[in-house]
Amino acid sequence: MKITEETVQYVAALAKLTVSEEEKQKVAKDLENILDYIATMDQLNTEGVEPMSHVLPVKNVFREDVVTNQDDRVELLKNAPKSKDGSFAVPKTVE
Amino acid sequence: MSQNLKDLTSLSALTLGKMIKEKEISVKEAVSAQLDVIRQRDSAYHSYITILEEEAIARAAAVQKQLDAGELMDSPLAGVPMAVKDNICTRDIKTTCASKILYNFIPTYDATVIERLKKSGAVIIGKTNMDEFAMGSTTETSYFGDTKNPWNTAHVPGGSSGGSAAAVSAEEAFYALGSDTGGSIRQPASYCGVTGIKPTYGTVSRYGLIAYASSLDQIGPLGRNVSDCVAALEVISGHDAKDSTSVNTQSYSYLQALTEDVKGMRIGIPKGYFEAGLDAEVKESILNAAQVLKSKGATVEEFDLDAVDFAVSSYYVIACAEASSNLSRFDGVKYGYRTPHFDGLQDVYKNSRSEGFGNEVKHRMMIGAFVLSSGYYDAFYNKALKVRALINQGFQKAFEKYDIILGPTAPQTAPGLGESLSDPLKMYLSDIYTVSVNLSGLPAISLPCGVDKKGLPIGIQFIGKHFGEKDIIRAAYSLEQSIGYARPSLQSSATGKEV
Repeated sequence: MKITEETVQYVAALAKLTVSEEEKQKVAKDLENILDYIATMDQLNTEGVEPMSHVLPVKNVFREDVVTNQDDRVELLKNAPKSKDGSFAVPKTVE
Repeated sequence: MSQNLKDLTSLSALTLGKMIKEKEISVKEAVSAQLDVIRQRDSAYHSYITILEEEAIARAAAVQKQLDAGELMDSPLAGVPMAVKDNICTRDIKTTCASKILYNFIPTYDATVIERLKKSGAVIIGKTNMDEFAMGSTTETSYFGDTKNPWNTAHVPGGSSGGSAAAVSAEEAFYALGSDTGGSIRQPASYCGVTGIKPTYGTVSRYGLIAYASSLDQIGPLGRNVSDCVAALEVISGHDAKDSTSVNTQSYSYLQALTEDVKGMRIGIPKGYFEAGLDAEVKESILNAAQVLKSKGATVEEFDLDAVDFAVSSYYVIACAEASSNLSRFDGVKYGYRTPHFDGLQDVYKNSRSEGFGNEVKHRMMIGAFVLSSGYYDAFYNKALKVRALINQGFQKAFEKYDIILGPTAPQTAPGLGESLSDPLKMYLSDIYTVSVNLSGLPAISLPCGVDKKGLPIGIQFIGKHFGEKDIIRAAYSLEQSIGYARPSLQSSATGKEV
């Protein structure tokens, strides 16, 4: 399957990444190799097979909706690259 | 290095634990000896990202106090220095995932496995190196540099838990925790000549494990022998309300399974595992081990494992898809690296991620975004989930006839440094024997079964049915009792000579 530089641009945007002009060709080639290999799955007949996203028969797991952790806002914000007034700070997004 | 010190750190974890209990040695002496060995050797092997000297010494005193007060009597590993892979959150201790994007991240909480270790008196001596976000098979994708194989420093230790495997092998820790999404405990264990267990999905809580592919990830132990590994598994296993995929119906008393008895055990060997691609010396070594188990009373026969040829394809689709979702949380806002170059919020996201993630991680996130994108979802993602179902059915069918499945852990012994990353597809294909186990959520163990002509260890893998840990432990322990395990000649970085 042919992967174009436009496709690379598109998946990079989906993944919120930038790929430089110089890298694009190599990334396209790498993706193409991997996806060609992955596509060998087509040789396996899966008609009528239920897709399996989880291996064990665990259904929705519920618990009481009660708070068990402490208020750790100050601690959590210590990891933020930038914070202000007890919140995460980001560049202005609305004029 | 004094003879005594070297002898102490080469003991098994359970032996050291017993000596601590019997007051032949204090926890502080054990921890100091371990730190001395790390200081001497880690510049040769680079098993660690973070070494916790002060914390470990302080912790040693606290554990000693508990022991002196008669506590921790039923914890066989109390006071034993151990290491933790750097994708498992440790409160107040830097947890980087070997990535620039988390280079300064300090968790505000402990993963459940860390809480359980602490409760049982463990002393964490450091956080180990790994492939960035556990994506890789060599530990070469770490932002903090590669780890060397203790058997030969020109070779990789495997990955992604390469630092944990190297630390245990180089006697820089008595045992360690790793994580296994597609073989990341078993393959480095095999390359470094140690034992590693990937438990049944749901046996060990994933709470606090920085997610790669949530439906495949599982934390597990690495040790220098089967018994140490099993003792550690018993500590970390158990139901956890904080992980909704945690299962609460099983017995976790794995130490009971350490018996040398495989009489009547039915062992299946998938024919396909021994076809093209498997190194001849590895093959011979695995078949010899099978012969040993047969001579001890097990029945061994070959069979066809359905759909397993497509495991690598299915695995990479599912793992990358889940990764592209899981890693969207790293955006330069809540923690970790933020780019200094931005004009607006979108730039903060894009540039922080592009500058913060390494190539392999970006590559997998893009594969993930592609296979989930409209127009390709059915052909790739949905197809992979169906293939996964068929692989699982293949295993279920096999376990109607066999108690365990035996095969190699990896097609070759450890490759040289720098040989793998240039061809990602080739690297992915080296996961051929391990990924199907994760797709099916099964337990598996890798242990050493020989050494090749290059002097590098060979690993054998036993796969059990869901919650069949005790079967594979019994087989592994029985094999180990017969064939033992070799140890590498270790270096001291100061001289570059054997010590």
